[in-house]
Formats: sequence, C-alpha cells, structure tokens
Amino acid sequence: MSDSLTYAYYPGCSGTGTSIEYDMSTRAVCAELGITLTEIPDWSCCGSTPAHTVDHTLSSALSARNLALVEKMNLDTAITPCPSCLTNLKTATHRMKKDGFRDKVNKLLDTPYQGGVATKSVLQIIVEDMGLKALKDKAVKPLKGLKVAAYYGCIMNRPPEVMNFDDPEHPMAMDNIMTALGATVLPFPLKVECCGASFGIPRKDIVMSLSGKLLDAAKDIGAEALVTACPLCQMNLDLRQDQVNSAAGTNHHIPVFYYTQLIGLALGLSEKELGIDKLCVDPRKVINAIGRDETS
Amino acid sequence: MEIVNITKTYDANFVRQVEEESGQDMSLCYQCGNCTAGCPYTFVYDIPVNQIMRLVQTGQKETVLKCKSLWLCATCESCTTRCPNNIDVAHIMDVLRHMARREGYAPVPTVKSFWDSFLSSVENNGRVFEIGLLASYITKTGRFWTDVDLGPKVLPKGKMHFTPPQIQGKEEVKKIFNRFKEESRK
Ligand code: SF4
Ligand code: SF4
Repeated sequence: MSDSLTYAYYPGCSGTGTSIEYDMSTRAVCAELGITLTEIPDWSCCGSTPAHTVDHTLSSALSARNLALVEKMNLDTAITPCPSCLTNLKTATHRMKKDGFRDKVNKLLDTPYQGGVATKSVLQIIVEDMGLKALKDKAVKPLKGLKVAAYYGCIMNRPPEVMNFDDPEHPMAMDNIMTALGATVLPFPLKVECCGASFGIPRKDIVMSLSGKLLDAAKDIGAEALVTACPLCQMNLDLRQDQVNSAAGTNHHIPVFYYTQLIGLALGLSEKELGIDKLCVDPRKVINAIGRDETS
Repeated sequence: MEIVNITKTYDANFVRQVEEESGQDMSLCYQCGNCTAGCPYTFVYDIPVNQIMRLVQTGQKETVLKCKSLWLCATCESCTTRCPNNIDVAHIMDVLRHMARREGYAPVPTVKSFWDSFLSSVENNGRVFEIGLLASYITKTGRFWTDVDLGPKVLPKGKMHFTPPQIQGKEEVKKIFNRFKEESRK
C-alpha cells in the first residue's frame, strides 16, 4: 500500500443523517486501511433524484459546485459512499464534456468547474486501488459462518457508460470482498433490482412491494443477512422491514448491513465506531454466530 | 389502453423537441419491449415505458405528458442498460418529466410534492434537512400520518437532526437556484 491512497471525500446528506452509520463505518474502515479521506470543505447537496427530474442544468450545477471545490483542494479523485450522489457527480462530469452544456452549467455557478476531477465510489477504490489481497491480509477476525447475500441496488453500476465500474447486470465487488473476508456469499438473483428508491414517503405501496420481493428472495436462498452499499436500499430494507412485514403478512428478521460495517468487524474495529447499534433489525444473533465454524 | 388516432393528433414539433432535449434518436426504437420487461415499475404505470417510446414516435404529446408513469419512474436505469439499440430511455423519461412540469401536469401529486419539498430544502439550507423536508411535505399534502411508526425507530438512534445543517456555501447554493430560475424565464 502506498501513500497515494488519498481522496477528496463527499459524504452526502444522508451520511450526516439517516445513514450516519455508513459514514461512520466508511471513515473508520478507511483509516484502518491507510486510506486518507479529506472531506470536501463546505460541500453541498448534489440534488439527488429530485434535481434531475426538474432540469439537467440545475442538477449538474449542484454537483459541479462540489467538483469545483475538489479542484481547489488539488486532489484528482473524489469518492463517495452513496450511489445516488455518485450518479449525479458522474453524470454531471459526463455531460459537461460538451462545451455548450458546460457553459450553461457554469453560468449558474460562482466558481466554474474546469472538468478535471475523477469520481468513484468508496467500494470501487477499495476493490481497485487497495485490492482484495491487501484487505484480506488486514483481517483479524474473518467472517466465517456468516451467510450473506450482496445487494447492489439499481444505480451503483448502471448505465455502464457512465458508471464505469463492475458489471451492470451481475456486479461482484461486494461478493468478492465478503468472500475474501471469509463469509459465505449466496448467489442473489435480484442483486440489481430496484428497492423502491425514494418512493418510501410519497408512494409507500411501491416500496412495500419491491423491497418485499427482495426480502422474500433473500430468505428463499437462506441468507442470514443482506449487505448493501446504498443508503436508500439499506433504509428501505432495514428501517421499513416491519412495514413490509405488516403489508405483506411476512415475518422477516433479516439484518441489513452496510458492507463497510462488515469489513470493519473483520478488521477488528469496535461495533460502536461502526454504528452497529444504529441498525433497526437486530443483528445480534448474526454477529454472535460469526466465527462459529472455527470452534465447532 | 385508450385508442389514439395518430393522424389527428400527430405533433411533429413534440418529437423534434424530445429528440433535441434528450439527444436521442426516437426512430431507433423498434418496440422489442426489453425496456418494459425489465422495468420494476410497470406494475404501477398507466402506460408501460415501451408504449411511451412509441407514443413519442407518433407525436402524441398530450397522452404522453399527462401520464402517471413519468412521475413513478425511479430512474433505475434498467431500460437504458438493456435497450438493444442503445437508446437512453431513462434520459427520455427525465426529459418528458421536465416537459410535463413546464406544461403544468402533475398526475401523481404526492411524488411532485415530495420532490419539490426536497429541492426547497436544498435551496434554503444548502443540504437536505430531513425533518424540515418531512414537515414541508406534510404541510403540502396534509398526509400527517406518513411514517409516524418510524419515529420511535429513528429518533433514539440520533440519526435525525432537529435543526437545519449550516454550511457557509448556503448563499452560493441559493444563487444557483436563483440564476436557474432567471435563465428559465428567458
Ligand atoms: S428496449 Fe429500446 S428498442 Fe426496445 S422497446 Fe424499449 S426503447 Fe424500444
Ligand atoms: S428508468 Fe424508469 S422507465 Fe426505465 S426501467 Fe427504471 S423505472 Fe422503468
């Protein structure tokens, strides 16, 4: 590992609120792995889905303000844990390659964005820049005995021309990380299906149906836990799991971890700094069972 | 689906406008239905996405702009990823939403209110203020009982803040919105 693992860090709004445990575990894991994160000073919201449904210039300007801040930091790569933020940052970069569009966007900004920043997910840099071998070497408490299904959600890898990472239909990054850390990863057929996205508030029925399908499928394949990389997916599956149970007459109790929390456990970090207590579906039983194969 | 008389209501201008704003060639769609087959939202759509593509090809402006599907598309990118003709279908859905907004259609008011509340939260605070966003959504829609059952799950975990985030660039972000509004008036 070299000193070059230094990145501008964009936590995203949910990282300061409903997915605070994702932000906490990301920072803790990166520190442990020797990855330096410098938070973008005074970053603002990327506008998420609502902005691009109103206008593409506005949406790109909200992202570009942050990318221009990264240019001032003299770093060439910005990383974020959140796929929704990532999509916006990447789409802005992609569209702003066209002069006409870039000019329109920059007209809305105090500081124009020149276009020199690469954007990646934290997941991508762990897999590509750090590498599975280095990760495995650092694990002190392998996740033996954990039967997990990796769920990527819809936009982490799609569309491939923009996201440029892993496979758009059959991503493997989290599967490979979990396998490297000793967990048993079950083949999950719905790994890129949508969970209902941000419709939880305006159209709860949609989330009940789509997230319900995901939980049913996870149970069918015998998963004891799900592992995700997206705050919205995690929230729909974890926070709303009881709502899904009442709506569908099911009785699921499937903990839904952020992949960074499971990496953290394998690295021997404390549950407290990984925000394990912030999960809604109690993960106690699953966590206690980790390592059981070694003793039996 | 209702019967559409395409000779009477063909609007060539509409087709041109969609193509221009999305940068996509509508004539490439040969109705294979792949986009609809993979669309997780077909079960709540009033018009499936491949039919929307067809209706755009045939210039059916009003039928398209007033449909509910535009507001229920989650931009999951399945359609774009799977279209055999490399049509960026999700981008077209986005552009159609922009047009529907401009023409004053909002057939799924809860979704529009939610998106609007979200954006005004960003406009006013620079970042999303989750509790403020919920309050504004409830005021707009009167849906007071939205997710009250979740309160006891979230609040003790210290995940929600009761005061808006404070960032220095708050005014700068507000200016982005103001300039955008000025530009759109031109
Ligand atoms: S997948 Fe592409 S070609 Fe097939 S119906 Fe949809 S838009 Fe048309
Ligand atoms: S982007 Fe929209 S139209 Fe396309 S598959 Fe997803 S939900 Fe359906």
